[in-house]
Amino acid sequence: MQHGKYRFIVGFLALPLGLYALFVVWPFIQSIYYSFTDWTGLSPEFKMVGFDNYSRMLDDDIFWKSLQHSLLFALLLPVVTISLALFFAFMINVGGRKRKNGPVITGVRGSSFYKIVYFFPQVLSIAIVALLFAFAYNPDSGAINSVLRGIGLGDVQPLWLGDPDLALWAVMAVLVWSTVGFFVVLFSAGMASIPAEMYEAALLDGANRFTTFFRITLPLLWDTVQSGWVYMGILALGAESFAVVQIMTTGPGGPDYSTTVMVLYVYQKAFRDGQAAYATTIGVALLVVTLAFAAVVMRLGRRERLEY
Amino acid sequence: MKTTETPAPVPAESGAPLGKADLPPAAPPKEKKEGTALNVFSHGVLVIWAIMVVMPLLWAVMTSFKDDRSIFSSPWSLPDTLRFDNWSRAWTEANMSDYFLNTVLVVGGSLIGTLVLGSMAAYVLARFDFPGNRFIYYLFIGGMSFPIMLALVPLFYVVNNMGLLNTIHGLILVYIAYSLPFTVFFLTAFFRTLPTSIAEAAFVDGASHSRTFFQIMLPMAKPGLVSVGIFNFLGQWNQYMLPTVLNTDPDKRVLTQGLVQLAVSQGYKGDWSGLFAGLVMAMLPVLAAYIVFQRQVVQGLTAGALK
Repeated sequence: MQHGKYRFIVGFLALPLGLYALFVVWPFIQSIYYSFTDWTGLSPEFKMVGFDNYSRMLDDDIFWKSLQHSLLFALLLPVVTISLALFFAFMINVGGRKRKNGPVITGVRGSSFYKIVYFFPQVLSIAIVALLFAFAYNPDSGAINSVLRGIGLGDVQPLWLGDPDLALWAVMAVLVWSTVGFFVVLFSAGMASIPAEMYEAALLDGANRFTTFFRITLPLLWDTVQSGWVYMGILALGAESFAVVQIMTTGPGGPDYSTTVMVLYVYQKAFRDGQAAYATTIGVALLVVTLAFAAVVMRLGRRERLEY
Repeated sequence: MKTTETPAPVPAESGAPLGKADLPPAAPPKEKKEGTALNVFSHGVLVIWAIMVVMPLLWAVMTSFKDDRSIFSSPWSLPDTLRFDNWSRAWTEANMSDYFLNTVLVVGGSLIGTLVLGSMAAYVLARFDFPGNRFIYYLFIGGMSFPIMLALVPLFYVVNNMGLLNTIHGLILVYIAYSLPFTVFFLTAFFRTLPTSIAEAAFVDGASHSRTFFQIMLPMAKPGLVSVGIFNFLGQWNQYMLPTVLNTDPDKRVLTQGLVQLAVSQGYKGDWSGLFAGLVMAMLPVLAAYIVFQRQVVQGLTAGALK
C-alpha cells in the first residue's frame, strides 16, 4: 500500500493537526513563555522579567488560598463521589431479593429506573446546574432552607453561599450531586460483567456482602475506578470548578475569597485585572498540580491487572 | 475466601437474599434477616438519592410556572395557575430564542467538523506507519489532561488577532480544536479494532486511499462515530468556559452564557419566574433527548472511561 501513501497521510493530517497546533498547542507554549514576562494583555509591548511573577505568586495570599481549595477539590471530590457511586452501584447490582430459581446474586427491582434517574445531572450543563443550585441555596426563598423550615428546623437557616465557612462545601456538594450518577452507571456496567460464579463461590465459602465487595467487586473494578479518579480530579481542577465557583459564589470567589480556585484566579487575573503574564504564571502552577495529581493517582493505584 | 464474621460455611442458597414466599423452612433465620434487611436498606438509600436528584429539577419546573411573589413567599407550593406567559416572556424578551439559535449553529458546525477532522486524523494514526506517528498521537492525547484555562489566556489574543473573536465560526474552530484530543483518542482505538482485509481488498481493486476511507472505513466505523458524536454533542452543547472567555458579544451568546447573564440582569429586574422558565427551557431538550436515546447516550458518555 505504498502508492501515494505519504501524500495521503499529509493530506489527511494537515487540517486537524494544523487547527490543533494553532489553537491548543501553540497557546500552551506561549503561555509558559509569557509567564516570564510582564505582559499585561492590554498592550502588545512586554519585556522579560525572569522569575519575578513566580516569586510574586509565592507571596500572594489569594494564590495560596486558591491552591488550597483546588487541592481540596482534587482530593476530596473524587473520594466522596466515587465512594458514593460504588456504594449505590453495589446496592443496585447485589442488593436485590432472591427470586425463586433465580441466581444467587440479584440486582434490586427497578435497577434500570435508578440508573436512568441518577444519570440526569450528567446530561445537563454544569452552568445550568450551578445556576439552579445558586437559587436553591438562597437563604430566604431557596428550596433548601424552605425544606428545613418545613421539617421543623426553622432555627437552622444557614446562609450557605454567603457564609465563608460553608460556601466552599456548598459548592463541592453541587459537584458531587452532578457527577455521582455518571459513576454509578459506569461502575454498574463493570459490576454486571463480573461473572456470577465468583460471587457464588465466595458465598459458598461463607463470605458476607461486605467481604464480597472488598475482595471481589473492588479489585475487579479497579482499572475503572482508577481512570474515573483521574478523570474526576482533572474536572475538579479545571472546567467544572470554574463554572460552579464563578456562577454560584459572590465576587466571584466567595466571601473573603473562601471559594476561589486556581482556574478562576487565572481567569480573573487575565480578563478582569489585565495581568495576563501573572495569570499564565498561576496557570503554569495549575498545570503542575494537574500533572502531579494524575501521576500520583496512576502510581499509587498501580496493581496487577486481574483477568477474568 | 474465609471470613471471621461468619462462623461456619453456609449453603450457597441461604447466603443470598431470600424472599419471604420462597423460604425453605430449614433456612437459618439470621440469613433470612440479612437478605430482607439488605433489600430494604438498599431500596431505602437508592430511593433517597433518586429523590435528591429529581427534587431540584421538579422544583425548577414548578417555579417556572409561578409568579414572582409566590416564588419568594412559599418556594415549595404548587403554582396556583400555570403561568405560561413566563415562558413566552423568557423566549422573546429575554432572548432565549437567540441563544438557542446561536447554540444550534455553533454546536452543529463544531460537531460535524470534529467528527470529520477527528476521524481523518484517527484513521491515519491508527492504520499507517510513518515517522512521527507516535509523537503526533501523544500530542493529541496530551491535550486531554492539560488545564484548558492556561491556554485560554494567549488563545484569546490569537483568536483576536485573526479577527475571529466574537464570531460564530471562530467559536466553531476553537470547539473543534479542543474536542480533537478525546475524539482522536477514542477513534484511533476504534479504527484499530476494525478488520484490515476489506480495506486492503478495496485498495487492490484500485480504490484510492481517500476513497477507501470515505466509502469503506467510515461506514464501518459508524458505531464508534455515534458514541463519540454523542459525547461531543453534549460536551459542546453544555460548554461554558470556552464561550465565557472567547465570546463576549451579547448578540452571539450561547445558551449557558445567556442564562448566566440573564441571572445577573434579571436579579436587578426581579423577573425570577422568567429566569426559571429560561432554565427549564434549556434543560428540557437535553433531558428529553436523553430519555429517548438513553442507551446510546450512556454508551457514548461512558465509552471513554471504560477504554
